[in-house]
This record gives sequence, structure tokens and C-alpha cells, in this order.
Amino acid sequence: MPRVRPGRIIAWTLLFIGGVIMVTPLLFMLSTSLKDASQVYDLRIIPAAPTFDNYIEILSDGRFTRWFVNSMIVAIIVTLSNVFFDSLVGYTLAKFRFRGRYIVFVAILSTLMIPTEMLVLPWYLMASQFGWLDSYWGIMFPGMMTAFGTFLMKQFFEGIPNDFLEAARIDGLNEFAIWWKIAMPLVTPALSALAIFTFLGNWTAFFWPLIVTTSAELYTLPVGLSSFAVEQSIQWEKIMTGASIATLPTLIIFLFLQRYIVRGVMLAGLKG
Amino acid sequence: MATIEIDRLVKKYGQTAVVHGIDLAIQDGEFVVLVGPSGCGKSTTLRMIAGLEEISSGQIRIDGRVVNELQPRDRNIAMVFQNYAIYPHVSVADNIAFGLYRSKLSKSEKRARVEQAAETLGLSQLLDRRPSALSGGQRQRVAIGRAMVRDPAAFLFDEPLSNLDAQLRTQMRIEIKRLHHRLGTTSVFVTHDQVEAMTMADRIVVMRDGRILQVGSPLELYEKPVDVFTARFIGSPTMNLLPASLKENRADLSVGGSVKVTSLPASSPEILIGARPQDFTPGTSGRPGLSVSGTVVVVETLGSETLVHIESGNQTVIGSAPGRHIPKIGEQLTLHVPAERLYYFDRATEKALAAQ
Repeated sequence: MPRVRPGRIIAWTLLFIGGVIMVTPLLFMLSTSLKDASQVYDLRIIPAAPTFDNYIEILSDGRFTRWFVNSMIVAIIVTLSNVFFDSLVGYTLAKFRFRGRYIVFVAILSTLMIPTEMLVLPWYLMASQFGWLDSYWGIMFPGMMTAFGTFLMKQFFEGIPNDFLEAARIDGLNEFAIWWKIAMPLVTPALSALAIFTFLGNWTAFFWPLIVTTSAELYTLPVGLSSFAVEQSIQWEKIMTGASIATLPTLIIFLFLQRYIVRGVMLAGLKG
Repeated sequence: MATIEIDRLVKKYGQTAVVHGIDLAIQDGEFVVLVGPSGCGKSTTLRMIAGLEEISSGQIRIDGRVVNELQPRDRNIAMVFQNYAIYPHVSVADNIAFGLYRSKLSKSEKRARVEQAAETLGLSQLLDRRPSALSGGQRQRVAIGRAMVRDPAAFLFDEPLSNLDAQLRTQMRIEIKRLHHRLGTTSVFVTHDQVEAMTMADRIVVMRDGRILQVGSPLELYEKPVDVFTARFIGSPTMNLLPASLKENRADLSVGGSVKVTSLPASSPEILIGARPQDFTPGTSGRPGLSVSGTVVVVETLGSETLVHIESGNQTVIGSAPGRHIPKIGEQLTLHVPAERLYYFDRATEKALAAQ
């Protein structure tokens, strides 16, 4: 038997404990989704009488499907917008010399220091004055571009040698085509990291969508699920079923793009 | 094909001028090499011709048309970069096709042009590969392919061979030269390597500190350098320069010995006498000239010739012996240059003095 160093054993033990702490709530969520209302407080991980009734009920409830679609629409549009505009601004800041460039960059960066809680009130007032309350645009507008994404993309574009851009300039590409056809493909790892972070962030967003929406047809999934907890009593089994389904896109993204997520985290540091 | 004319071209970064009003006229179909040490302004000049740097003042004309304000894409030039700058995310064929980005040719015509260029450069088998699967020499060929598909008015080369190993560099040098012979396109080539300059150029432009020191054919520069800088820069190993003082019609060297000279227009009696190592051969011929004796300190055997470094006084002089004649270190040796192979320079101004 190969000798195992004590350091290894300690590391494995710690990782195992960490893993259990991370996975237990997920298992519990899945387990609860398979119980009926009477069994919810029976805390066994493996349900005594597993049932798919909750799933059937939730999926046949038109509201849930609506919320799922709402979340998809919001997350996809905001992600596309971020990938496009963050990289456009990041590229401009990284590759063009113009008066005030540094001030613009610092101004963008400094917005990172303002906590969301402080911004919610001005956002709300703004949305209310423009008539954006209770609309998709109202949910999406604060996140259409982010300082974090701009900063991330700027850093990556700085790593592209100018020779590529100059060669393209000589080949006859205009500045937009240089960005789109040459610079963008060269930062794909950063783009996928940005896309993943943005999608997940918006998929799970709760606070702002809760504030800006009032009609149930416009709820995003997290907001909709929370309504199960207020309307009558707390329907844990429904919440957990909805949450299990809501985890699916995240899980799929993670399975397919694991490589990029790890790379993105390593390159960008974790987004707070 | 086109002529390129440069008039009083100046480039300033803030208050610092890096190109000080240079003039140059490049003929149609000519291969001109800009050569000089780093920071001499050669690359900046090339980039101004390409339109990648703005011009502070002066004028650039390509085929008689003033291009000062034109975008690079409107100048009909092609450029090959030191780092190849081929796009890593597309295939070799697509890379070459980028050269035809603005062309109005049909898809099939474009494809034919790309294949033709690939054939010329020996890239036909590699068209579907990504650049990451290519060697340095192949990458540079792709870059050249992208430049040539367009049939541009001029090729601009910015130290394209610097990143290649010595053997490949020699090979690419020959290939570029051949290509120029075949296409006859006006070419401007920037390098800091005097061997590249000598072997490739129709005309060499020697630059230093943002100024042109001398323009001429490789042989003109070798035979008639206008100053100490060019004399030392062109030719390998570097020309020997020995301090001497003029006295009536002879020059006394500080290492001993003297040479007969007549009427040198020097500003002071202090001059430098130059001799190329290849002209400095062992033994004393009876012919008039300069002899220097000293101790052999280094011997470099190259096969075809042997470079001999001798120390005389506190001066080291490099001479050349035939390949099979290998002097021993510590041996006393006399090297001789015939008088007509000597160069004279004013020590104060470093300008060449016409020898009589």
C-alpha cells in the first residue's frame, strides 16, 4: 500500500467536511421536494414515501413556468448586454489613447465601491419616474452593464498585442470590425467567465426583482418561489421543488462550462 | 507597385522628436532597407509610411499621392510584423484571406488567390491548420502570404526575421529576396542586422538618432562610408579604427608606425585611420600601406578564414588570415593593409576624409 502523508489525510478530511457542508443543503432540498406536505418536518434525507406530486403540481401550475421563462429572459438579455457592452467599453479603455481616459476608468471602477443597498432607492425612483416599474426593462436596466465586467474585459484586452490590431488595420478592417473579428475571439476565456458570472448572478437575483415587480406575471423565479412562503402558510415542499428545478440551468451550465468557470475564477478572482 | 517619397518627415512624442525631418525617395520596385541601432527611428518611419503613427510634420507620398491623412487601409500597403501578427483563432487559409478583406473579388476568386499565394510560399498543405500548429518560419510565411494576396503598392517589413533562429533567418532572407525578384513590388524592410541589410537591399538607408546618415547600395556603404558610425556598422567584424596624428604628409599612429598621406581636409591633425579586418592580412608585403605588429590574443577559426585579434599598445586590432593558417596565442604577428584599402576620418567630427 502506498504511504499516505499525514498532511494529505488532514487535507482530505477538511475537504470532505467542507464537501458535506456544501452538499447537505442541496440534498435536503432535493429530498424535501420528493416529500408530501405531511412529511416535510420528517428530517430523513431519504423520504419515507417519495412522490413526484410536487413536481407535477408545480410544472402544471402556469405561474411557475411563467417565472421560469421570466428569469430566462432577464438572465439571457442581461448576459448578452454585458458581454457586448462591457467588452466594448473595456476594449476602448484598453486600446485607445484619448483625453480623460483615466478619469473615465476610475469613475467606472469607483462605482464598484457603492453597495447595491445604497443604489436600490435611486434605481427605484428612476424606474418610477421613467415608468419602468413592473416591467422587464425595470428588472434589467441596472445590470445591463457592470463596472466589474468592464474592468475584467479591459484587463484582458490589454493583454492582446497591438500588432494584431495594427495588422487588421492594414488589412482594411474598420475599428468596429477589428474589435468584433479580431479582439473578441482572442478573449473568449474572459468572455465565457463574464457570461457565466452574469447569467448566474441574474438567474439567482432576488432583491431588486422583488422590489421592482408587483404583478405575479413578471416575477422572476426566486421572487415567485418566495411567494409560496407568504400567501398561505410556508409550503416548504413547493419551495424546494421550485428551487430544485431552478438549480437545473445552473447545474447544466456548470457541467458544460466547468473548465471556463475554474479558469474565470482563477483569472478574475471571485466576484463578491 | 509604387514609388514612396518622404519629405522633411518629423515625428515628435510630446516635446521629444524621434525622427528629425528625413528625406527619402524610394523608386518603383526597389528593395530599400532601413538599418540602424534600436531607437534610431527606423521602425517609427516605417510605421508612419504604413499610417500606424501620425506624422508630426512633413509629407509622405505613395505613388505621387499625399497619404499623410489617409487611414492605413486606404494606402494600399501591406505589412509584415516582427511577431508575425497572424490571427490565432482562424486557419491559415482565413489568415491569408484577411489580406483580401476589402477586396470586391468573388468568393471563388478570393479562394484562388489564397491558394496561389499558399502555393508560392509552400503552405498548400497547411491551409486548414491553426497558427498554433505551425513553426515560426511557417507563421512568418503566412504573414507574408496575407501581405502578398492583395497585390499591394508596397510591402513594409518590420524586423520580420528577428524572432527566427539563425538558420531559418538565412533561409527566409533568401525567400523574401526571391519573392521580391518575382513580384517586383516596392519593399521597405526595417532591421537592426547589418547582414540582413547588406544581403537584401538594393539600397540601404543607415539611420541613427532619428536622422539618415547615409543612403547607398550595399557596396557603396561598405566602400565609402561617410562617417565612423556607418563604417563601424556595416561590415563584420567591425572596422578597426586607429587614432593617428597628421604630420606634413604622413600620419603617425598611436600604436606605432605611420602611413604616407597627402592633403587630407581634416579640421585638426587628430584623425582616425580605418581598416577592415578582411583587408588586414598577416605578413608585410612590400607595397605601401600600414603595418601593425602585436601579440595574438584571440583566434576565431571560421573555416573559410581565421580572425586574429592582436594587441598592440593598448589597442586591439582584428585581422583576417586564410582558413588554414592558424596563428598561436601569444605569437608575435604583423598585419598589413595596402594603402588604397585605408579609410580616414576626422576624429572630432567623425566624418570621412577623402583620401588622396
